[in-house]
Amino acid sequence: MTSLPQSTQKKLGLAIDLDTCVGCHACVISCKEWNTSNYGSPLSDMDAYGAEPSGTFLNRIHTYEAKTLERAAQVVHFPKSCLHCEDAPCVTVCPTGASYKRSEDGIVLVNEDDCMGCGLCAWACPYGAREMDVAEGVMKKCTLCVDRIYNENIPEEDRVPSCVRTCPAGARHFGDFADPDSNVSILSAERGGFALMAEQGTNPVNRYLPPRPKADISGSGQIGVPATALGEETGGAKGFLSWLDKALEKI
Amino acid sequence: MHPAPSVIIFTALSGLGFGLMAWLGFGLPAVSGWSAFTFFFVAYALAVGGLVASTFHLGNPKRAIKAFSQWRSSWLSREGVLAIVSLLVIAVYAIGVIFLNQRWQIAGWAGALLSLGTVFTTSMIYAQMKTVPRWNTPLTPVLFFLYALAGGALLAGQTGAAIMLLIVLCSVQVLAWVLGENSFARAGHTIETATGLGNLGRVRLLESPHSGPNYLLKEMVYIVGRKHAHKLRVIAIFLMGLVPVAILTLLPTNHYMAAIAVLSHMAGLFVSRWLFFAQAEHVVGLYYDKR
Repeated sequence: MTSLPQSTQKKLGLAIDLDTCVGCHACVISCKEWNTSNYGSPLSDMDAYGAEPSGTFLNRIHTYEAKTLERAAQVVHFPKSCLHCEDAPCVTVCPTGASYKRSEDGIVLVNEDDCMGCGLCAWACPYGAREMDVAEGVMKKCTLCVDRIYNENIPEEDRVPSCVRTCPAGARHFGDFADPDSNVSILSAERGGFALMAEQGTNPVNRYLPPRPKADISGSGQIGVPATALGEETGGAKGFLSWLDKALEKI
Repeated sequence: MHPAPSVIIFTALSGLGFGLMAWLGFGLPAVSGWSAFTFFFVAYALAVGGLVASTFHLGNPKRAIKAFSQWRSSWLSREGVLAIVSLLVIAVYAIGVIFLNQRWQIAGWAGALLSLGTVFTTSMIYAQMKTVPRWNTPLTPVLFFLYALAGGALLAGQTGAAIMLLIVLCSVQVLAWVLGENSFARAGHTIETATGLGNLGRVRLLESPHSGPNYLLKEMVYIVGRKHAHKLRVIAIFLMGLVPVAILTLLPTNHYMAAIAVLSHMAGLFVSRWLFFAQAEHVVGLYYDKR
């Protein structure tokens, strides 16, 4: 049944650090590599060497610029994959029972043998986390690397999602949000982790850690004006530098 | 949203078919024999034709049978189940009317109500989408009902009802268009709430995830043709409402004029349904800084 579980024992998910992410797209590549060759059908590419290449990805990095009038623009690299919502609208719309949320760990999955490729779950997702594979005609989404995290055939340090394992900046953290003492719960609490588009009522498990405030280097508040054109302000100088400033003024 | 022809044909034709079935089930008109056969044939052709068209956009149509299983949670599944039940119940009534000269009115009423229920479930597939604010309103089921009842009345030759319903339909459709204009803003979704970066300032997309398009953009960020929306709305109201009402009120009643009224209504219905999809903005567009 595509009804959602009342509650899940664990809430496995990711804490994604927008302060640390450098936008290298390594997680995009490692996600594609792992998930095209393991659970489910491959993640196909269309016209891969042609004029209009496109393909199925479970994880994509957007890059945003945030800008106020007073401050320099801030660039934020923004990884986005399935947020494994507690009230996942993609699950309940599914007519065939292919989409489901696991009661044991909260992972949202698609049973591809039941998927008829109607695409309604992708419509229901506010985050663009689900993509139809054009070659297979089935819906693909992040599995939280369910075939890695419980896999006793691989070394213990590899039993995390591929994107987490590969991130060279350590921007992606995997853990159980149901446990208040887990690494991700503590990180999220300390850094003010937030949910995306909370007003949609989807109750995402994944949390985003906001970029830390940058030092304000905009000086007088005029951006785009060369510093030399603004004149120099030495009023704040103290001690020897103050004396030197005055002495040089008198020459 | 991408206005896929299969989905436009599905919602338009099956809506008309089940609308006509509802009128026939209520015994309006109270036909029998060959005349009844013709009416029911048209109703089944429209309803079944629409349902078949809906399978054309599936990635794996061979698994469509599984779509009847999740009626407890999924509006799409409920739609499939109710459509089949409606077709079967109306078939009982139709057999009585066509072949046995019997009017099993309970089957007729049940089939009529089930047909309207099917139209409601179709509308809820769209109305339930919080991700598409323009659809996420009680006006969506109201409109789907009115399209089915008005088109059905036109097909069933219920002149008086058709005139009334077409006028109401056009009024509610215009109201839905007007209210729909600000629905996205009223829902409060912005690129700042989507990214959670609003406290840093105004957000814009600096670089998209990939150099090319993807499924999300093709399916949910359809922008082509919106610039003609205003003209298309006028055309839709003219064809689906004004022309049929003018024919029914001003011109002598005969089969040819009725056929022209029906064809005009259907052309307007297709234009309006195309707009229903093409103008609907999905919140995922915010992540791509376009809607």
